[in-house]
Amino acid sequence: MRQMTLQTAMPRRDPAPSRAAYRLHRLWLTPLFRATLRVGLPAFVIVFAIGLYFANPERRVAISSWAGNVRTSIEERPEFMVTAMKIEGASAEVANALRAMVPVQLPVSSFGLDLRALQTTLEGFDAVASAELQIRTGGLLHVTIRQRTPALVWRSRTSLELLDDNGHRVASIAERSARADLPLIAGDGADKAVPEALALLAAAGPLAPRVRGLVRTGARRWDLVLDHDQRILLPEMNPVPALERVIALDKAQDLLARAIVHVDMRIPHRPTVRLAPPPPPADPEALTEAKATIP
Amino acid sequence: MTDLYQAQRAMRNMRKAAMQRGVVAILDVGSSKIACLVLRFDGPERAAEVDGVGPMAGQSSFRVIGAATTRSRGVRFGEIDAMQETERAVRTAVQAAQKMANVRVDHVIACFAGARPRSYGLAGDVDLQDQVVTGQDVARVLAACEVPDLGAGRDVLHAQPVNFALDHRTGLGDPRGQMGNRLACDMHLLTVDTTVIQNLLYCIKRCDLELAGIASSAYVSGISSLVEDEQELGAACIDMGGGATGLSIFIKKHMIYADSVRMGGEQVTSDISKGLQMPLGDAEKLKARFGGVVATGMDDREMIEIGGQSGDWEKDRRTVSRAELIGIIRPRVEEILEEVRARLDAAGFEHLPSQQIVLTGGASQIPGLDGLAAKILGQRVRLGRPLRVQGLPQAATGAAFASAVGLCLFAAHPQDEWWDFEIPAERYPARSIRRALKWFKENW
Repeated sequence: MRQMTLQTAMPRRDPAPSRAAYRLHRLWLTPLFRATLRVGLPAFVIVFAIGLYFANPERRVAISSWAGNVRTSIEERPEFMVTAMKIEGASAEVANALRAMVPVQLPVSSFGLDLRALQTTLEGFDAVASAELQIRTGGLLHVTIRQRTPALVWRSRTSLELLDDNGHRVASIAERSARADLPLIAGDGADKAVPEALALLAAAGPLAPRVRGLVRTGARRWDLVLDHDQRILLPEMNPVPALERVIALDKAQDLLARAIVHVDMRIPHRPTVRLAPPPPPADPEALTEAKATIP
Repeated sequence: MTDLYQAQRAMRNMRKAAMQRGVVAILDVGSSKIACLVLRFDGPERAAEVDGVGPMAGQSSFRVIGAATTRSRGVRFGEIDAMQETERAVRTAVQAAQKMANVRVDHVIACFAGARPRSYGLAGDVDLQDQVVTGQDVARVLAACEVPDLGAGRDVLHAQPVNFALDHRTGLGDPRGQMGNRLACDMHLLTVDTTVIQNLLYCIKRCDLELAGIASSAYVSGISSLVEDEQELGAACIDMGGGATGLSIFIKKHMIYADSVRMGGEQVTSDISKGLQMPLGDAEKLKARFGGVVATGMDDREMIEIGGQSGDWEKDRRTVSRAELIGIIRPRVEEILEEVRARLDAAGFEHLPSQQIVLTGGASQIPGLDGLAAKILGQRVRLGRPLRVQGLPQAATGAAFASAVGLCLFAAHPQDEWWDFEIPAERYPARSIRRALKWFKENW
């Protein structure tokens, strides 16, 4: 005989949800409601809490000053400080002038340095063609300057200025003799035509010892002034071939050694010369005066 | 008829809306358990491109994503008996299924077993207006079916056109576009008690759900348990539930008869409870663990302690032999099967070409039932289990879930019913715009 028992375990608990629980569960399963509650509500609470905190102006000030302090303390760490400036490639007086005019008080944090603006400032100096700035290790602000080299002296109506080969002003000088090595140009608008002037001076080769300078006339053409008050009036267009022609004439016929005041090449295919008037009786005082005006 | 049309069409629209949303719940309101499945529809059917896979009739277009069962309370004989209790049970099942699916369902398709279903075979014929059968002609022939007096308080649950005949040709599935002079149709009409449907409707409405379809449990378990050739050649599905035993007869893939016997597994349980003087819960367990219908010599020697909590030693130490238990179960099962036999005879089941009988439902799991049923119902009896559908949990694949699974198939691919066809133009009100359009179509 086999004995079998019927275990009477408690039936599985399967309680019915109340109507409210059922509806709430269904509501919770609604996607929009769920998204609102899970994302929208926390986001709202966070934003609201932050807004509530910052509604008080004292707290706003406290927070901003704290943030400012943190920022300053990081910026002013010795690793980030620039303590010295080294200028390279500039002559001593230019370097001194730059130092004096750079609007930066060293030492300064490298975060506070606007290198781009500083570069613009430096390149604003007439004597500076270009400037490169680097902050190097050890807190060194390294400035590499390429200076403009003066090519001409320009006597304008008001001052005596040095120009580079592009006609850009380099510096002013007090008197012509300070840079006697440079050729002289004069006249209004002469600085606009510096390359042409340089070409003419180069072409003047054999006449070079006699050249006093170039005069811009009417801001459009050049006069080559030689000693003995001789002038070569050059045309507006293509002055260099005209000058070469004069030089050729001089070579062939010794033109400029004669008593001629002007060689007029304004019409290039028809050179014209003006003869000097018969010489007045010699007046040594006037002669010295003239020598003083034309250095 | 128009009211019915509108109610059923509203349900069909609800079903379409549910399909668009992609989630629909299946609710099997049974006497012993309430099962809820949540289906997710993933758009059109992805037919497997494998040899030997025929048309799947929508079976691969959905997936079960939630399943829950709860002990039924308040349902007797497959009908709602206590509204509040049933509502709670439905809530429990729906909530658990929703929780598993993690999705909210708003539309539910329900089935029930009871409500005294009654089958009618209707026939109607019309002369065709022009030689070609159109949708309108189908509607007209359906409307021409002579509807018998259904009786007071009866409502149509299913009205499925079963067969169309065009002149002398019969057995047409879809006559549209064919040539002929006279169109006839046979229709199977299933009516149930109105109050039962209304109770169910009310109950589901109380749960904040909307009814997207309703079906007879006998019909849907036939869909899921009968294999294709059985449905084609003629078979009866007997769904032995807790409180009612449904039976449905299929031929040519259409249900032609459905009925229910108001007896089931709960009667067996109550017999055990009465006979052995023990609580119903214990009796149910006793039936499930040691039950059977064929006693052998071994069963006389198997003694079962049935116990009890009365405090009386004599009573609490009782034992019964398994043969005694079988002696209680068997007469009741025989009675149910004989009642089923009577219904089948009344329906003329013996005239079908194939007389396959498939037993399914929770009560069909009694060991030895197929042997007993073969003696009463005929030789061709087998035990049926529902079709496998995607995502169905292992716990819900048993015979007890035949109607739930069938309802899934019904939801995915419902059969065309009367209300799925066009409304015949004659039935519209006189000033209908449709009628004016029809006049335009015919005359211009």
